[in-house]
Amino acid sequence: MDYVVEMLGIRKEFPGIVANDNITLQLQRGEVHALLGENGAGKSTLMSVLFGMYQPDRGCIKVNGKEVKISNPNVANDLGIGMVHQHFKLVHNFTTTENIILGIEPKKGLSIDLKSAALRVDELSKRYGLDVDPYAKIEDISVGMQQRVEILKMLYRNADILIFDEPTAVLTPQEITDLLKIMKNLIAQGKSIILITHKLKEIKAIANRCTVIRRGKYIGTVDVKNTTEADMAKMMVGRPVSFKVAKTESKPGEPILTVNNLSVLNNKKVLGLKDFSLTVRAGEIVGVAGVEGNGQTELVEAITGLRKVENGNILIQNEDITHYSVRKRTLTGVGHIPEDRHKHGLVLDYTMEDNMVLQVYFKKPFSNKGILNRKAISQYANRIIQSFDVRSGEGGASIARSLSGGNQQKGVIGREMEREPQLLIAVQPTRGLDVGSIEYIHKRLIEHRDKGYAVLLISLELDEVMNVSDRIAVVNNGHLIGIVNANETNENEIGLMMAGVEGGTQHE
Amino acid sequence: MNRKGLISIIATLLGLIAGAILMFAAGHNAFEGFMYLIQGGTKSLERIGNTIATATPLILSGLSLVFAFRTGLFNIGTPGQMLFGGLCATIVAHTVNLPRPILLVVLIVVAFIGGSVWAAVPGLLKALFNVHEVVSCIMMNWIGYWVVYYVVRDYFPNGSKATESLPLADELTLRSSWLSNLFDGSYINLGIIVAIITVILIAFILNKTTFGYELKAVGYNKHAAAYAGISVNRSVVYSMMIAGGLAGLAGLTQYLGVATNIQIGVMPTQGFDGIAVCLLGATTPIGAFLAALFFGLLYAGRGYMSVMTEVPPEIADTIIATIIYFAATSVLVERVLDKLKSKRLGRKVTSFTDDPLIGTNVQNTDDESDSIGFMPPTNDKTKGDE
Amino acid sequence: MWQTIEQIFPYAIAYTIPLLIVALGALYCERSGIINIGLEGLMIIGSFAGGLTIYILQNQYGANVWTIYVGLLVAAIVGALFSLLHAFASINLHANQTISGTAINMIAAGLTVFLARNITGSGNIVLTVGLAKKNLTGLSNIPVIGPLFFRNSYATTWIVLLILIVLTFILYKTAFGLRLRACGEHPHAADAAGINVSRMRYIGVLTSGALAGLGGAIYLVTIAGEFNGSVSGIGFLALAALIFGQWKPLGILASTFFFGFATTIANVSQVIPSLTKFPPVLLKTFPYIVTLLALIIFSKSTQAPKASGEPFDHGKR
Repeated sequence: MDYVVEMLGIRKEFPGIVANDNITLQLQRGEVHALLGENGAGKSTLMSVLFGMYQPDRGCIKVNGKEVKISNPNVANDLGIGMVHQHFKLVHNFTTTENIILGIEPKKGLSIDLKSAALRVDELSKRYGLDVDPYAKIEDISVGMQQRVEILKMLYRNADILIFDEPTAVLTPQEITDLLKIMKNLIAQGKSIILITHKLKEIKAIANRCTVIRRGKYIGTVDVKNTTEADMAKMMVGRPVSFKVAKTESKPGEPILTVNNLSVLNNKKVLGLKDFSLTVRAGEIVGVAGVEGNGQTELVEAITGLRKVENGNILIQNEDITHYSVRKRTLTGVGHIPEDRHKHGLVLDYTMEDNMVLQVYFKKPFSNKGILNRKAISQYANRIIQSFDVRSGEGGASIARSLSGGNQQKGVIGREMEREPQLLIAVQPTRGLDVGSIEYIHKRLIEHRDKGYAVLLISLELDEVMNVSDRIAVVNNGHLIGIVNANETNENEIGLMMAGVEGGTQHE
Repeated sequence: MNRKGLISIIATLLGLIAGAILMFAAGHNAFEGFMYLIQGGTKSLERIGNTIATATPLILSGLSLVFAFRTGLFNIGTPGQMLFGGLCATIVAHTVNLPRPILLVVLIVVAFIGGSVWAAVPGLLKALFNVHEVVSCIMMNWIGYWVVYYVVRDYFPNGSKATESLPLADELTLRSSWLSNLFDGSYINLGIIVAIITVILIAFILNKTTFGYELKAVGYNKHAAAYAGISVNRSVVYSMMIAGGLAGLAGLTQYLGVATNIQIGVMPTQGFDGIAVCLLGATTPIGAFLAALFFGLLYAGRGYMSVMTEVPPEIADTIIATIIYFAATSVLVERVLDKLKSKRLGRKVTSFTDDPLIGTNVQNTDDESDSIGFMPPTNDKTKGDE
Repeated sequence: MWQTIEQIFPYAIAYTIPLLIVALGALYCERSGIINIGLEGLMIIGSFAGGLTIYILQNQYGANVWTIYVGLLVAAIVGALFSLLHAFASINLHANQTISGTAINMIAAGLTVFLARNITGSGNIVLTVGLAKKNLTGLSNIPVIGPLFFRNSYATTWIVLLILIVLTFILYKTAFGLRLRACGEHPHAADAAGINVSRMRYIGVLTSGALAGLGGAIYLVTIAGEFNGSVSGIGFLALAALIFGQWKPLGILASTFFFGFATTIANVSQVIPSLTKFPPVLLKTFPYIVTLLALIIFSKSTQAPKASGEPFDHGKR
């Protein structure tokens, strides 16, 4: 076999955990090799070892058959290994060319030879069909284009082994299609690719072979053509995974949330949500499907009071809350599982106890005339911690930061559900969690529905929206494209609607 | 002994060792130096009184830093707030005729408000325009420096002396004859009582009240606070104003207590010393109180030391400054402690966090954009769209 | 009026120059990603080291002008060495840079006077001879600009302007400059490109230390004439100038001149009758007030290096 890269028996330990335990990955010349694993399985660590950011404790790496020691990213570069990181490493106020040449600047006398660099960038960009403007500033170009600049960075350094770390997470469906095309093009020109992902569909679409790791351990390498998605999922999780969520037919009751003709500005001060109307009834889960940045954030923040409404109104059980403060909305019956639990959901340096009363600390019995009642807070918090199985070192006294992501999220969800809000807004409630936590959280959301409350679920994972929701509202560019019943639609229909094709019939 | 306390003590010891080395290098007897330094602050009842008096403004300026740190702000504007709060009180004492008990209350209120007003500017700039408070505080320090300079020079000059204001009679200040008599004629004054009450009050607000809960939540993570329905902007302004008010009280106890007039053309060192007090006190009100007494001792004893030996009095300032540096670099101490601990336990200890510095809770934990740094007033709002 | 301007212009320039050189150093420091509010302290260190060197040399060799240049050089070197404290704390230990900078200010103020007292007995170092003002032959006779710029000027002015040009070129045209700026904006990007971020930041801090030291010594030999443990807040003013100049060399040139001019007017307003109508308190506080206004105005579009003040952790990605 002609392997360009072989990572054999790699072991990497961090204090307290073994991130990689005897992992083997062999990349054939001219293939797309997927590296599949759950969040925290050790994919990033393995790639960081290959890219020279960590040194393996055991095992060896061979490039083109020769054993090498990759002590830092520069060595990796010299060996022809390049990496597109999940979070781009681009300087926002530099031009694309400046970003690409950074570190290996061509010189003319004392100064940088920007002109010849730009020519070379342009030439590479044309050869691989990347269409990058060498003089554009990073802050002025789209995310998809920025990713191409990252690809050009590798090509400019003559890399032959390209690592893509979760490259589609930030892209629109159209951009994903384009990226897959680019990757095929790269393979055709003799490059080899390692694709880190947890999305089975992408693996099916592009990869030749797939190596699966689970909790730091090597599970196996399979031929993608001959392996079903279900089999790969089983390898990834360690048990058969049902993508269907068990739930009964919904019994929608009275409208809880009514959004009428809502228009909201986004951060760029243009309308991010346009003339948007939606009703969520008691006892149903309405999912919002759409590519990131198509108005979901604006919708959520308008309902929860974190963003001003330009036009239209928002009702909770016929009470107009459009101009209520955040606190008043919370008291009216809005619960919110925020998208980013670290940014919005928790005060990481507070104890879990203090975090559990974040919206109720001012109420009796948690405080009286401005003086906190520690005992009442502690009791309340520990009840949530127990009933939602939040695991932490010292229970309620643990600092939130010390908990694992899954337990932090369970804490947030517990806090919101404990208040029994009429409307629960769950934004990306399972992002970054392992399959076990995901299943648990889905179950809890459905329980909330079954108690007769309304749930609004916003997620970028189409599978999640389709499996958990009763009805699905599809957004594109701030518009509501249509609403479909979850059990009467399919991925294709929703995919088209997400791309802006108005077709979905209005099921009501 | 908790870890923070241990680190404070180690930083102090390192500072003292640095002082000893310095004295030794300059050809002095360090042991003798320290002996006279301590004697100078404790030898007699009068000297003890003076130590307490010297510590009083330090307690309050340190408390100002503590309060700001705990609520996520770095109040480096204490010198300006001290000056302005002190100026306001001085003006009132010079111009308003009130019975002494009422005057004392008015002086306290006025000094607090003066400091608050000076701190409100950085608070508002941060709340409304996301301007980092460190920069605006530095600007306010120098604006305060010059405003006080010209107001004193033009309206309350001390005759031909161009460097200070007209002294006030003792009855118009915090000075009290029974306290002085109690301490054999020391210049100890009612400021220490103000300081003790304030320490207790601030500790109570921070730890026991919903108000403190809100301010700390905003300090740790303003996004989560906003999500929870706490008004972030209002909290930032309140925090800053309370911190400023405490510095204003420090100014009161300095200029109408320790002294009876304002020195102009100098930044009050007690302002920046507040940082040392706060760090050494492990960012707690009680800790600040104790740390301030220690620094008060160094400052009060240095005069005696330099009379009895050849050591210049600036050794005290240098030691305090060095302690701040060691407190800032406490990571180093932590690393050593961790190593020792792991050796003793015979296993690896999880790596230390990135910011074990005593005062780092100024840093908002949530996003990198809120660097303590000079402020890029981050548009974190636009970040979401990227 | 014109005559007044002609009179005070050389003073304004003389006052601008130390500000400018210190702010330029701070520019490199912040562009590399480290905030330095210890400028005042580093200036004091430079003023002390330069003053002491000149004092010793002049005692030994008489009041030769070369002694002054040696003093300036020593000041820059000592400033750079002293700034190692800040570099080590902020780069290696990820310390809070504001606290570290403040410690530098306080250590400098205490330590220099302590040493001066040990050496001269008084805490002051008085120079017998400072730097002389000169008219540039030929150029000083050009109408209008001649009297403004080329009369009564110090040689240090031209040295500093030369440094300005060189530093501007390096920052914007060379590979080093590109890398330095990358470290201040996005250190992880620089790191991924194989740049040693810590080294670049060390260079940034040391440059700032050297130039602040030089600035302190220039202030000593042109304006102050004696070391007394203070540089009257010029370090902080330089920081304001850096912000008001929006982290750009030419912006800094403009802002330092602006501040230098305002301060000079404030200083001489009592001597020159036509200036008495400017209240000195306004002129003195003016730089700080306009900086506050600049912070507000530019709050939405600041050019501040994005990662400035953020510790860089190689492992965190």
